[in-house]
Amino acid sequence: MITKEDVEHIGWLARIEISEQETVEYMEKLNSVLGYFGQLDELPTEDVAPTYHVAEIYNVFREDVVEECLPQEVVLANTEHKQDGAFRVPKIG
Amino acid sequence: MVYENPDGVRIGLEIHIQLNKLKTKMFCGCSTDYHNAAPNTHTCPVCLGLPGALPVLNKKVVEAAIKVGLALEGEIAEETQFHRKNYFYPDLPKGYQITQYDFPIVSNGKIVIEGEDGEHTVGITRAHMEEDPGKLVHIGSIEKSKGVLIDYNRSGVTLIETVTEPDMRSPKEARRFLDKFRNILEYLDVFDGNLEGAMRVDANVSVHWGTRVEVKNISSHKGVERALLYEIMRQKNVIRRGGKVSQETRHFDEGRGVTLSMRTKEEAEDYRYFREPDLMPMRITDWIPAIKETLPELPDAKRARFIEQYGITDMHAKSLTSKIMLADFYEGVCAKGVDPKIAATWTADVFLGELNYRDLAISSYDGEKIGFIHAKDPRIKNSIKVSDMVELVNLFAEGKISDRAAVEVIRTMLDTAEEKTPFQIIEEKGLFKAEDDLVTKAVAETIAENEAAVQDYLGGTEKSLNFLVGQVMKKTKGTADAKTARDLIIKELKG
Amino acid sequence: MAKWMSVAQVKEKIEENSAEEVTAQYLEVIGKSKINGYITVSEKALEQAKKIDAEGHNGPLAGVPIAIKDNISVVGLPNSCGSKILEGYIPPFNAHVIEKLLAAGAVILGKTNMDEFAMGSSTETSYFGPTANPWDRERVPGGSSGGSAAVVAAGEAPFALGSDTGGSVRCPAAFCGVVGLKPTYGSVSRYGVVAYANSLEQVGPLANNVTDIAVLMDVIAGYDHKDSTSIDSKIEYQKALVEDVKGLKIGVPKEFFGEGIHPDVEKAVWNAIHKCEDLGASWEEVSMPHIKYALASYYIIAMSEASSNLARFDGTRYGYRASGENWHAMVSKTRAEGFGTEVKRRILLGTYALSAGYHDKYYLKALKVRTLVKQDFDRALSKVDVLMAPTMPNPAFKIGEKIEDPLTLYLSDVNTCPINLAGVPSLSVPCGFTDGLPIGLQIMGKPFDEPAVLRAAYTFEQNTDYHTKRPSEVA
Repeated sequence: MITKEDVEHIGWLARIEISEQETVEYMEKLNSVLGYFGQLDELPTEDVAPTYHVAEIYNVFREDVVEECLPQEVVLANTEHKQDGAFRVPKIG
Repeated sequence: MVYENPDGVRIGLEIHIQLNKLKTKMFCGCSTDYHNAAPNTHTCPVCLGLPGALPVLNKKVVEAAIKVGLALEGEIAEETQFHRKNYFYPDLPKGYQITQYDFPIVSNGKIVIEGEDGEHTVGITRAHMEEDPGKLVHIGSIEKSKGVLIDYNRSGVTLIETVTEPDMRSPKEARRFLDKFRNILEYLDVFDGNLEGAMRVDANVSVHWGTRVEVKNISSHKGVERALLYEIMRQKNVIRRGGKVSQETRHFDEGRGVTLSMRTKEEAEDYRYFREPDLMPMRITDWIPAIKETLPELPDAKRARFIEQYGITDMHAKSLTSKIMLADFYEGVCAKGVDPKIAATWTADVFLGELNYRDLAISSYDGEKIGFIHAKDPRIKNSIKVSDMVELVNLFAEGKISDRAAVEVIRTMLDTAEEKTPFQIIEEKGLFKAEDDLVTKAVAETIAENEAAVQDYLGGTEKSLNFLVGQVMKKTKGTADAKTARDLIIKELKG
Repeated sequence: MAKWMSVAQVKEKIEENSAEEVTAQYLEVIGKSKINGYITVSEKALEQAKKIDAEGHNGPLAGVPIAIKDNISVVGLPNSCGSKILEGYIPPFNAHVIEKLLAAGAVILGKTNMDEFAMGSSTETSYFGPTANPWDRERVPGGSSGGSAAVVAAGEAPFALGSDTGGSVRCPAAFCGVVGLKPTYGSVSRYGVVAYANSLEQVGPLANNVTDIAVLMDVIAGYDHKDSTSIDSKIEYQKALVEDVKGLKIGVPKEFFGEGIHPDVEKAVWNAIHKCEDLGASWEEVSMPHIKYALASYYIIAMSEASSNLARFDGTRYGYRASGENWHAMVSKTRAEGFGTEVKRRILLGTYALSAGYHDKYYLKALKVRTLVKQDFDRALSKVDVLMAPTMPNPAFKIGEKIEDPLTLYLSDVNTCPINLAGVPSLSVPCGFTDGLPIGLQIMGKPFDEPAVLRAAYTFEQNTDYHTKRPSEVA
């Protein structure tokens, strides 16, 4: 069961601001989904290897060859918040 | 002699080095040659983390990592893969860093350094590949920042993170480890340590076998030694006052030379590692034999060979092999048929000493000339040709110039950008050894002009002889050989 | 001009008239749309068609218009993913599939509506409002590629691209009465497609008929060096359009006919299987015991990957940015305001499933269950050529009916998401109606055996008339 504190913690980890009232709503909805996920517990899987990927591919590489970069104005075109060719954000902490 | 380690110091290092010798970044074709470029001009959808862009691994990254692993005598993993390390920071354009987690490409290596009590082995726990974040510039200072500017040119450059065992017992050993490690990497030709931000070090340190403190983000080898000296002193003081060293992460303030506690975050990070689904695992053990073939002679082997082949001292061999470019330069000089012992003295003692005195670092060797660059100001750079060193060594060996003159020539070559051969410099400055009759004439004049000193010397005052020799040197503008002048005076006065 | 045309008919029209005229006619239909299928209609479509006319009609899709799901990057067109958080973002690069379409001469009509970040089965979670089902505008078109399916069903595009992470092509295909294919994992490049769950999803075509699915696959499929998970299958899709199922072995997994299935859906699917039998195929029941765990496994994996994929939306480089006293506060606020409720729920659940102490219980467990599900497919498909089952257990539901309860909504993916866990190809083809709402037959195959799937679907289609039915209301 997820507690209010858990919701706050994962909200911080995921950087999603959650209000007091939302915390309770999330707690209920997330618990109902987690309750459903809990059905997997009944399936023994000690000897089962996990499948990360269905495609069994190994060793995919590219050569060390320089390709063209995007022009600076294109890189910065999707934001208003820029200065001297850089992205500008508020102070960090 | 066994090192007692009186303070029970244990130091482990976590070193990030950029594979800046590769042409492109880790997962995209953007050039790594960004150091003098305007911000955000070396980026593409992949290294900017634009939605939908996908990483594709640079093959040379893996080859370089294997090379490093082999040079560190480590194990290369049979199967290795990438993970995502999830955390939020403005320099991290995807909100996660592609790195390696429980299957690093290299594990269980070692480097043997010259420790406090002779040869000392430092274990390498692991080395893995990961991507560099972008670069942040704080407007104002970090503490009073008004905002942050982000440049993603560095984003996606390959890093090799190497983690050592806590095997170093003093800041000096830590520095020696880093020097050796850097040297090995440069031998492997995967790394140029002169570029800004090429090597970044985190250190963990404890005293009296106690709690570990992590000191983050040290950017130079000297910085590591200073940071550790300070931190050890701080911890000892805490204990002496009856306190307890708390487990924490500290930041090294390079300007003030102190470590500062980093503000503890509201909540602990949880990186939620999971396998990077956009990249496939690697099985690369069958590459190892071929890569082994291409491994260059490493510092220790080269040092032994130099002693053997050139008959030089261990001190000279060690010094000459402390940088691959210097070693190559020395061999280039020797190949021209000069006396290798004399060449070793002039290269290892004089040339290298004068470079260090000027804060110049060797930055290139192309078979014809060795280049060097100022450690703090990259605009100051110069080079010396193999042929120049050969000429200088030969002139000295033939007795045509004094050692003082030879030093003067090296200094001149380092300090002026003009392309002049040693011969030209010697001629211009009149540094050739004086002709014998010139010296004889100067001795006669000196004796005639300094009767009092002559009498003093004959009366037993040895100091006066030095004065007379000085006068001869003055008259010959330093071109006389001091010992010859001395002998001549004695012969003249005492028969 | 007939409103619904196959690609072959569109090409005829282009030769008779011009690409410009055909595009103009589609734009006119789109202009009168009542379904909110497009988020963006391209202002450059006509220009592009003109250019193709001027250059002569080169390429297999010269002048043929197509609609693109709004999570597939097209240079110069917004790529919203149905989210506020990508407000104003215009990608500076094309997805690989777009490069291929443009090289083939296709004209991009616009970007279609979708569940926000492809998280949903109804297209109701879009920031741009829901898309209506052309068969009943009070109902959802399915999702998450609801816009793509609806515009094809409504005659607003001859065909479209969607993406399928857990059924997002097949579900709306079934609900809108069109054909949709989720190709084998690795067949179609994901480069430029905004990731929801990387290890599960593929771009897939939606069209009015099976032939056009193959036509589109021949253009978009193939190896892409920019996608490390890309596989060169060298399949020739149109060659698989053989009207013959003699000797074809069909497996019917009873687990796909579970409780809660609509009786008309069950009946229509069995009729389809019997139709194939009449045409010379044989069928047998197969058992896939782990299918009932697939849904939970699927959602855990998808949410976990999504929680990481969506971390890049932090207001720093593009898209919506809220104000905040420092960067972390700005990011938390941007994401709180920029993402919709369902997306936030999934990010939170995924974050939880990967977090310290829960990683093994949820994420690792789900990956192990994935193995068991995949083994079920391997086993079943070792005995038969294709599997047949309902795409969706029920027909399209009403807008607003399920949106409040996430779990109920998740359960509608019960028959589609196991396929993504196994990575196998799966196609939904119309096979009947209930109360005027389309029903989809799901045909699944072995990895890279799209030819068998297409052959079965094509033969079924050629011998039935479901694919000729059109929604009356928007006709």
